[in-house]
Amino acid sequence: MSKRIDVKDLDIYYGDFQAVRGVGMTIEPRSVTAFIGPSGCGKSTFLRTLNRMHEVIPGARVEGEVLIDGQNLYGRDVDPVDVRRQVGMVFQRPNPFPTMSIKENVLAGLRLNARRLSGRAADELAERALRGANLWNEVKDRLDKPGSGLSGGQQQRLCIARAIAIQPEVILMDEPCSALDPISTLAIEDLINELKSDYTVVIVTHNMQQAARVSDRTGFFNLKETGQPGELVEYDSTQTIFNNPRQKATEDYISGRFG
Amino acid sequence: MTTSTRPARRRPAAPRRPGDLAFAGLSLGSASLILLVLAGVAFFLAREGVPALTADPEEVTGGAGFGRYVLPLVIGTVISSVIAMVVATPVAVGIALFISHYAPRRVGTAVGFVVDLLAAVPSVVFGMWGLAVLAPQLGPLFGWLERNLGFLPFFGEASATGRTLLTASIVLAVMILPIITSVSREVFLQTPRLHEEAALALGATKWEMIRTAVLPFGTPGVVGGTMLGLGRALGETMAVAIILAPGALSWNLLGSGNKTIPSEIALNFPEAAGLRLSELIAAGLVLFLITLAVNLVARWIVARRAAFSGAGG
Repeated sequence: MSKRIDVKDLDIYYGDFQAVRGVGMTIEPRSVTAFIGPSGCGKSTFLRTLNRMHEVIPGARVEGEVLIDGQNLYGRDVDPVDVRRQVGMVFQRPNPFPTMSIKENVLAGLRLNARRLSGRAADELAERALRGANLWNEVKDRLDKPGSGLSGGQQQRLCIARAIAIQPEVILMDEPCSALDPISTLAIEDLINELKSDYTVVIVTHNMQQAARVSDRTGFFNLKETGQPGELVEYDSTQTIFNNPRQKATEDYISGRFG
Repeated sequence: MTTSTRPARRRPAAPRRPGDLAFAGLSLGSASLILLVLAGVAFFLAREGVPALTADPEEVTGGAGFGRYVLPLVIGTVISSVIAMVVATPVAVGIALFISHYAPRRVGTAVGFVVDLLAAVPSVVFGMWGLAVLAPQLGPLFGWLERNLGFLPFFGEASATGRTLLTASIVLAVMILPIITSVSREVFLQTPRLHEEAALALGATKWEMIRTAVLPFGTPGVVGGTMLGLGRALGETMAVAIILAPGALSWNLLGSGNKTIPSEIALNFPEAAGLRLSELIAAGLVLFLITLAVNLVARWIVARRAAFSGAGG
């Protein structure tokens, strides 16, 4: 259920402005890959191009290739809707649908994919997804209550349950803990560790310790100066990036000298 | 929270600044004024209408008491307004979605502007348009409905002039379109981007995204707008008075006949006196109560789903 991602020479533009230049990398299946870097360096923008969510922003476009198990996401006859069913996403702030109950939230993606579900099958799928997101025990008695009544950390795990319910190949997380307290953050990090046995996980984080804790490989993004496009400076095993990075800029960033 | 271990003392009163006092008084006064006006209107309607309610049934128009007099009016009013609402709401929601989510920004703004202009057209103009343009156009349609759906009780013998309750209802629908559209458009535009992106990231198409994120978020607003529209349709006077050839209550929407409370009042008020005047005012009271009930029901509908509206989260 997890796939390998190859990015080849990717440029990202917002209208005439180039936001990211020349990114190339390979993301291994069943691993956690973290992107770190100062604000505005394009790491979130790049993450969004992995499931074509950047297209939501008017004027955003991409040149280059993103291959998921050899299939180009930007091929001529590829529907972004299909891409997003394969590559799920969790956002910075928890965003359960406010008009839906906890269970409806989990099943929202399945219902979209127009699959008819019997009551029992729906219950089982919801339970499996909620267990997968380490949330089942906390919500099993109130599945019909609104998702917005949960704590921030629970809501974020609900969003993860919603993402894994449609059984994607890849899960993208855009700073999933930035709105959460340390204990909820820990719960999400534990969950990320478990998710990688089934999924390819890519996470953007502002928290370098978090990258060091959860990821197998780390990519450091940076820009030379404001107004210049962001670039992938260094991409290696997390151990190498944090212990003996090859680039001076990486070392400066992780040792807290800037950013 | 306090870190002091001493017994709580009364906090010194904040200094009263003249600006604060003036503004507080002004807003309190405005709030009281609206209640006073509402109470005054209700009181006037009740006091002036009572003679019609207590009069000898034989003396009331129709000769069978006020209830028998006003019931056909109520039915005509409600039917025309409900038809107007049913026709206008889907169109209004469609226009609002087009403006908020489908049209390029410039086109959307232009369309929104045109819809707002529609709201500025005086109702008497709509009435003349309905009578001179729409009614003749609808004649053939009414004939078709009579021939093909005549087995339904409300599609009876078609009027040749088109001056029927259905024509009036369609004109009412056009009149309430702008208010429903603009309220819906505003709430659709406020849909949190986060929820739209959540739906898209699950692999929703544009329509599915609208169904999952935009419409549920906007429903209370759409209901509110619809009720505002319904209120306007219930009270609309001129257009109905001009278009409708009034007559006795009839299930046949295609023929002349039926009356509504506002047009009945407008057509008869200038020459009314004594008990007749009381009857009309009491009819006004009934209309007042209907609109009040419509608003209460609307609020109840909106409040029922409050826990799921996102307002609490």
